[in-house]
Amino acid sequence: MRWLTNLATSSIGAKVLMALTGVVLVAFVVGHMIGNLQVFAGREVLNHYAELLQSNRGVLWAIRLFLLGSFATHVFMSSRLTLQNQAARPVPYVNQVPIKSTFTSRNMWVTGFVVLAFLTFHLLHFTVRVTHPEYQQLVEHVGPETRPDVYTMVVMGFREPVVAITYVVAMLLLGLHLSHAISSAFQTMGLNTSKYRPITEKVGPVTAVIVVIGNVTMPLAILAGKVPLPPGAF
Amino acid sequence: MKLTLRIWRQHHRTAKGEMVDYHLDDVSEHMSFLEMLDVLNEKLLAEGKDAIAFDHDCREGICGACSLVINGKPHGGFPNTTTCQVHMRHFNDGDVVTVEPWRANAFPVLKDLVVDRTAFDRVMHSGGFVSVNTGGTPDANAIPIAKNEADIAMDAAACIGCGACVAACKNASAMLFVSAKIGQFRHLPQGKVEQLDRAKRLVAQMDAEGFGACTNTYDCEGACPKSISATFIAEMNRDFLKGNLCEP
Repeated sequence: MRWLTNLATSSIGAKVLMALTGVVLVAFVVGHMIGNLQVFAGREVLNHYAELLQSNRGVLWAIRLFLLGSFATHVFMSSRLTLQNQAARPVPYVNQVPIKSTFTSRNMWVTGFVVLAFLTFHLLHFTVRVTHPEYQQLVEHVGPETRPDVYTMVVMGFREPVVAITYVVAMLLLGLHLSHAISSAFQTMGLNTSKYRPITEKVGPVTAVIVVIGNVTMPLAILAGKVPLPPGAF
Repeated sequence: MKLTLRIWRQHHRTAKGEMVDYHLDDVSEHMSFLEMLDVLNEKLLAEGKDAIAFDHDCREGICGACSLVINGKPHGGFPNTTTCQVHMRHFNDGDVVTVEPWRANAFPVLKDLVVDRTAFDRVMHSGGFVSVNTGGTPDANAIPIAKNEADIAMDAAACIGCGACVAACKNASAMLFVSAKIGQFRHLPQGKVEQLDRAKRLVAQMDAEGFGACTNTYDCEGACPKSISATFIAEMNRDFLKGNLCEP
């Protein structure tokens, strides 16, 4: 089993774990965005989708725990590597000028930390709903049954300018993080070659732009009043 | 031209260093950067002061001895240029030029601008070679090698081990150096035999020396006076993973 401890304690092993968990998290971010864009298809479609996600508690919690585990590993490994990296240069330069690095690539832990803070708020806002307990009461009547009215919750949520702007800013920072992260994952997992590098270098920024545009249109469109509240909602 | 040189002075390994200003009045644009420092040292010695210690050897850009972070960039940041090949025509009258040593935990300062780079030697001792038993001299060209593979190996072998990659990296990571040393062998039949084991050994020693990890910012690639490509780092990662996961 020495190979396993070798891997887990090595710098490259830690980086590969970050890349693998990062791939899981990127897949989630993209899936989450595609699912949520159904808000533009109306109340019926989005609420049906939400009901579908909630229908199998076992699968739902298995996925949630897998995501939580990936996220925790990603944060733990990044913290460990960041501390090691800072210790590798105890005396800083008086004058250091970047050559190929960018603001984004040098400040991944900063954008990552902001995303972590935003994610905590986002879960409390729309999933646990402790910031707005009244969201718990929102239901849609479907025949004799009722189901959670996610559509109304989202529209009401983003009609608050402070909330909408917070989401937009957080998405811009997530975009910065992803633009470096996704291209880096190829390099770290050893999937980069001089032949494919021109492509792998662009995959990150392109995916980031798609994620930012997709996620930012929702709060902005709702804030601009382009997504109607259903009649009878308060 | 007149220059103000702001140079890191540190008496010994554990001493606290500081930037000290020096003024030179008639620097010729034809001087190399190191010749300019030679002139400054002659002036300091004539004044009875301690000369500035800096590393240099071939002064032809091929040995990897010279270092110096000039104006915030290793070797001054000129394309494919070591410090000894930097000439004063790149500077202007009245410039303030900062000169610092490579800064890394694994490269402790010995005196002024001289750092101890034996960490690189220990990385090489851990497996940066091809094990060959003695015997009869093999025929030249007995083993055919594809031209493109030989070219990649030569690109990696261009590394002179100066440490500019470590100096440029915000994490003081040595991955460009280590990956070049792995890369120069892994593309050749003689080196392929120990390919995965070599990656494991060199990475283990690199980590043990206290270099940082790679965050793919590629400042190393930009600073390298021999234009070593960061794709060698991806190859090293691949070998290290394969060595740990796929070998018995």
